[in-house]
Amino acid sequence: MLETIKNKNLSQSFKKLVVSRFFALVILIFSFSFGGFSQEVDIAKGKSLFNANCAACHKLNKNLIGPALAGVSAKYEKEWLYSWIKNSNAMIKSGDERAVAIWEEWNKAAMNAFPQLTNMDIDNILAYTDYVPEPVAVAASTVVTSQAPTAGSVSTDIILVVLVIILCVLVSMLFLVNKTLKAIANKNGIEFEKSKPLFKVPIWKLFIKNQFLVFCSVVFFLLSSAYFAYGWMMQIGIDQGYMPVQPIHYSHKIHSGANQIDCQYCHSSARSSKHSGIPSLNVCMNCHENIAEYNGEEDLEKGYTKDFYTNEIKKLYKAVGWDEQSRTYTGDTEPVKWVRIHNLPDFVYFNHSQHVNVAGIDCKECHGPIEEMEIVYQHSSLTMGWCISCHRESDVKVKNNEYYTKIHEELSKKYGVEKLTVAQMGGLECGKCHY
Amino acid sequence: MNQEKKYWKSEIELKPNSAIDQLRNNEFTEKLPVDENIFTNDSINNTQTDRRDFLKYLGFSTTAAVLASCEGPVHKSVPYVVQPDRIIPGIANYYATTLYDGYDSANVLVKTREGRPIKIENNKLSSYNGYANARLNASILGLYDSGRVQGPTINQQDVSWDNFSNNIKAQLSSLKSLDQPVVLLTSTINSPTSKKIISEFINKYPNIEHIEYDSISESSTLDAHELMYGLRALPYYDFQNAKCIVSIGADFLGDWQGSNYDHDYVKGRIPNKNNGKASMSKHIQIESNMSITGSNADLRVPLSLSDQKLFLAHLYKKISGDSNSIQSISDDLLKKVNYAAEHLLSNSSKSVVVCGLDDLSAQIITNRINDLLSSSVKSKTKVSLVRNGSDSKVNSLLNRIKKGDIKGLIMSGVNPCYTLSNSKDFTEALKKLNFSVTFSMKIDETAINSSHVAAIPHQLESWGDFEFINGEYSLTQPTIKPLFDTKQLEDCLLSWSESQSSFYDKIRDNWKNNILDSPQKWNSSLHDGVYSSTSTINLNYNNLQYSTYLSQLVSINNDGYDLIMYSKIGMGDGQQANNPWLQEFPDPLTRVSWDNYLTVSKFDAEKIGLKNYNESNGALNSNYALIKINETELKVPVIIQPGQAKGTVGLSFGYGREIGIKDEMKTGVNAFKLYKEFSKSQKVTLSSVYEIHEFACVQLHNTLMGRGDIIKETTLDIFNTKDKEYWNPIPKVSKNHIETPVNSNEVDMWTEFDRSIGHHFNLSIDLNACTGCGACVIACHAENNVPVVGKEEVRKSRDMHWLRIDRYYSSEDNFSSDIEKKENISGLGESLSIFGEMEEPSDNPQVVFQPVMCQHCNHAPCETVCPVAASSHGRQGQNHMAYNRCVGTRYCANNCPYKVRRFNWFLYNNNDEFDFHMNDDLGKMVLNPDVVVRSRGVMEKCSFCIQGTQSVILKAKNEGREVEKNEFNNVVACSAACSTGALQFGDINNKESEVYKRKQDDRVYHLLEYVGTKPNVFYHTKVRNIDKNKSI
Repeated sequence: MLETIKNKNLSQSFKKLVVSRFFALVILIFSFSFGGFSQEVDIAKGKSLFNANCAACHKLNKNLIGPALAGVSAKYEKEWLYSWIKNSNAMIKSGDERAVAIWEEWNKAAMNAFPQLTNMDIDNILAYTDYVPEPVAVAASTVVTSQAPTAGSVSTDIILVVLVIILCVLVSMLFLVNKTLKAIANKNGIEFEKSKPLFKVPIWKLFIKNQFLVFCSVVFFLLSSAYFAYGWMMQIGIDQGYMPVQPIHYSHKIHSGANQIDCQYCHSSARSSKHSGIPSLNVCMNCHENIAEYNGEEDLEKGYTKDFYTNEIKKLYKAVGWDEQSRTYTGDTEPVKWVRIHNLPDFVYFNHSQHVNVAGIDCKECHGPIEEMEIVYQHSSLTMGWCISCHRESDVKVKNNEYYTKIHEELSKKYGVEKLTVAQMGGLECGKCHY
Repeated sequence: MNQEKKYWKSEIELKPNSAIDQLRNNEFTEKLPVDENIFTNDSINNTQTDRRDFLKYLGFSTTAAVLASCEGPVHKSVPYVVQPDRIIPGIANYYATTLYDGYDSANVLVKTREGRPIKIENNKLSSYNGYANARLNASILGLYDSGRVQGPTINQQDVSWDNFSNNIKAQLSSLKSLDQPVVLLTSTINSPTSKKIISEFINKYPNIEHIEYDSISESSTLDAHELMYGLRALPYYDFQNAKCIVSIGADFLGDWQGSNYDHDYVKGRIPNKNNGKASMSKHIQIESNMSITGSNADLRVPLSLSDQKLFLAHLYKKISGDSNSIQSISDDLLKKVNYAAEHLLSNSSKSVVVCGLDDLSAQIITNRINDLLSSSVKSKTKVSLVRNGSDSKVNSLLNRIKKGDIKGLIMSGVNPCYTLSNSKDFTEALKKLNFSVTFSMKIDETAINSSHVAAIPHQLESWGDFEFINGEYSLTQPTIKPLFDTKQLEDCLLSWSESQSSFYDKIRDNWKNNILDSPQKWNSSLHDGVYSSTSTINLNYNNLQYSTYLSQLVSINNDGYDLIMYSKIGMGDGQQANNPWLQEFPDPLTRVSWDNYLTVSKFDAEKIGLKNYNESNGALNSNYALIKINETELKVPVIIQPGQAKGTVGLSFGYGREIGIKDEMKTGVNAFKLYKEFSKSQKVTLSSVYEIHEFACVQLHNTLMGRGDIIKETTLDIFNTKDKEYWNPIPKVSKNHIETPVNSNEVDMWTEFDRSIGHHFNLSIDLNACTGCGACVIACHAENNVPVVGKEEVRKSRDMHWLRIDRYYSSEDNFSSDIEKKENISGLGESLSIFGEMEEPSDNPQVVFQPVMCQHCNHAPCETVCPVAASSHGRQGQNHMAYNRCVGTRYCANNCPYKVRRFNWFLYNNNDEFDFHMNDDLGKMVLNPDVVVRSRGVMEKCSFCIQGTQSVILKAKNEGREVEKNEFNNVVACSAACSTGALQFGDINNKESEVYKRKQDDRVYHLLEYVGTKPNVFYHTKVRNIDKNKSI
């Protein structure tokens, strides 16, 4: 009886599901087929259009090259906006009062014409600019994010507790078995030998008496302490892990990690020069003319809030002399005094282009996981041993480099190898790096 | 931006707290126990600082100091705010520019790193003037001279340029309205645009007169040229066509007439057996002082001034067939005249006579001889415009100032208070003027006596254009933003003429409109630094009464000694006396640095009682000679100079500067005081003074003692007729009593390393081409951050030159007689006496120059003795020196047969005891960032400019190509600086390269080959064009 009811319920719910799916499908098909004609706007489409066409000059809530666009549809009627966006210059020339007013307000900067946008596209964009996201229920989201891990840890804890209990039970069972066995043995009249103390004299006295042992251990002690002292002293002057505080908190994690900017976009001279080069501030401004505030992820624990990052961008503006309001360079600059992290001694010659351009080594091989470094630190030891071990192991990259063609062929024949290492090429000679 | 970040020392500071505030405002809340006067006994007794407090402070401060020193240094790195397009940190930029300081001139390339010039190199695009001599190579240090004037001053008070200009303009206008003359006194102006600007300036102020003044005058040559050809200029000689050169007192490989002739001269001096028989030009030198030109001559005749004039007169008679009778000369000399005339006539148009005498008639006769020979060497279409000063105008200027005729003086590029023989009168006269303006980089002798000093930029910070040789134009462009608040003369003249344009605008417009054949060439000309126009000059050939000049020439006064003044290779006219590189540069002939001196022949020295002697450590000392011309006296130290003509003495200009230079550089005596009437030859009386002078001489042994394996020499005759085995044999050593050539593997202690793969660097040094000019020595200094050690250290043989140019005299008449003499010694007694004799150079010795640097031995003795393996060999042939590995045992230097290793006895940078350029922040800007600055206690030496070879290799790798055939030659400082091509560097594994070709030459030998070190530097046997059969 119970089972049939259950079955019935199940079949009913199945039916419901099928029906509802069907309806959903129908709605979906309808929405697809009539979507183009309907007056319903698509905010997501608007966003992508905005990013593709408008974002270079406009932001939603902030003046950039052009005015902030949030709520722009409230200020102007749609028809006016259509013609403005499609060809603003024509409007200005025709003498439209409001168009001329905008043009003059923005230093007579011409806005690009977008004749390719349909009215629908523009509607979408405007919908995006008007869109005010509903306040996110912060509490709910935290619950959601925190629940999953707690659930996971509870289950493992339970397993652990169970295991511990089982273990305790086993131990106590063994103890009991032992006890009963002894009792049985006693009853059977078997006597146990009493265990004697192992040594009559204390062990340390014996040790002192054995002079050979003392001698050996002293030698051992001295040698091992010398070993550790040597190891410690060899650390002097090695700044692996050196992580100085920089005048501007520049996060490689954001630039190289989150934004995937190529290392050599900023450190461009690494391709051609011995220095990788700290980018001059005009390189920063290539992007930061338009990126005045930080909107990415935060690390609240360490205090890296959005405001914090935005404030660092302001430091850049101050250094380069950029006036955010007027969007002009004041000429009042203040070079940034970065703290150098990788300090090779004067008597070592190192050339980035040899390694980056000729050998094609990835920056990370020496500089480590830069894209994860919030604050950059010295990843490698930069000792001579470190250099040399790499020179011994690495093959020379000879492909497509005519310089190596002849010498590689001859040398590899001489050494009887297929591929030459840097060392075989002469990369261990003193004078190659010390002059 | 740092200020925005707030640092708290502790959390307490976050809360308002009066104690913290108080601490912040007043570090010591209680009154410090510091007494006002601690030195009076009372106050010490009554002081509140007791012993315990004192110890506390002591302990605290010591601990603080120790703790502070434990912390590693923090290196700051400051990038550009806006990086200029062309600057990539770590990569050098080159700019073609022109250097001209009124004395030296050259078209050069300037190497700049991160915007600062660090080295002068040659501009090979220039066809006439593309090689910088030692002084111009060193001139880069003048840019970073910490004693430069940093802004304009009026009466020693700093003023702004506006005030300065207004002040001058007011003075000029008032003098103009009164029509009182003002003189613009400059060094020779050979800039087409500057000439225009000056004439515009004179148009604006017609009361201004322009006078050109050369510190070392060539007035007689200019006057002679004007008289004969109607153009005031210097003749230009095209030595590469010369088959016979007779020079009478003209040091044309040195400083004669601002010349740059060595490149062309050497082209005719290298014997190449192209058609089986080699030929060379014949060079006969008649002179009093031993000059580098004389040292390179095939026949050198040391003669007194009067004999030189007679020689010229008789030569003229021989060539012209003039029948006028003149004073006769000795038979011996007549023989030499005939010999010279014979060679001149047999080579006719390919021969030339040049004359360096300050004598109008001598110059006219010389020109006449060349015209009679119809010499193609003396150019018919080109003249040199590097000197234009007029003695008579300068003389009259002084008189006019004294009389009060002249009210104002504007000076630029001159230092008359130092270079005039009557400089005291001039200094007095300056005070009579309403105003005197000096355009100067330094507060020198003249600037300090002027009312106005205009700070000018260094040549490397300036714009300019030049026409050194007619039709050959060149441009100067700034290679760095002016370091100080400076302005060029031309910019000032423009502003005083109320012109709105800058000097740069004027140059560009002038070039576009008047010089270039199309205005589009402006950018390419600026890029190249030079521009050749097709314009030529036509000389008029005026007919003069040559017999009058001939009789003037031979009217000779024979009393007393002839003092022949000259300019030293290292110092020139003394503008760069504050340059430590040049002060420490050893003179090519005497090998003395940090001094000038009277050169005397051994004969005269004995007569007067002048002595040279060595101290126990080898350092050279001398006593003084007192030179007298009328009332003028000068006390000068003495060098006994082999080859100095009897009855003559020599003294160089450029020393004895007093003002505007560092104390260390105040060396020598001022020869300009004896430069009466702008004549380099004076009649003087000499006496000895018994005071000791200490010299800093870097070569203590002057002769070769017949060791032909150091310098190999032969004559053209033998070279052409005999086998190599005869004149350039490979030394043999005995193995199992069998003579075996030293380069065979059988007698080698080492197993040979295969160097046939990859690069194998060699340096070729052609002794025929090396004139001894020393440009390579300075270039090496600049490239390799070689420190200057100062006079005292040089005296202790602690000079640091990586590259030295050894000079040897023969003790017989020539080196082959030396060898003969040595070979014929028999017995111990004779050997002692004869070797003793051979230490003395001959009265007129043969001279040879031999550049010696690390020989980069393939079997290097230095490498085997280093206990820490700091010295090791690379596959490319270089002997590597790892400074950071060196512990300073100096075994290597002791084991080096060539003595080329240099030890850092001190930390020469950042050491007040060595107050040269490396000791101040400005001077350090010249350091090459690719080469480490060595510390105290390490050995250093020539590296074959490994930074350069590595950079070429890397460049090829980056571009994915093979190294070009002669690419390596341009990055090695010495060979790149060599104007004659005597030094050639390259890869001998590249069969196309010049150095490979040179290595195949028969003349090749190695220094001390019998030692078996197998050096990677090889020399070419010197061949002299001497015919042995004729005795002359």
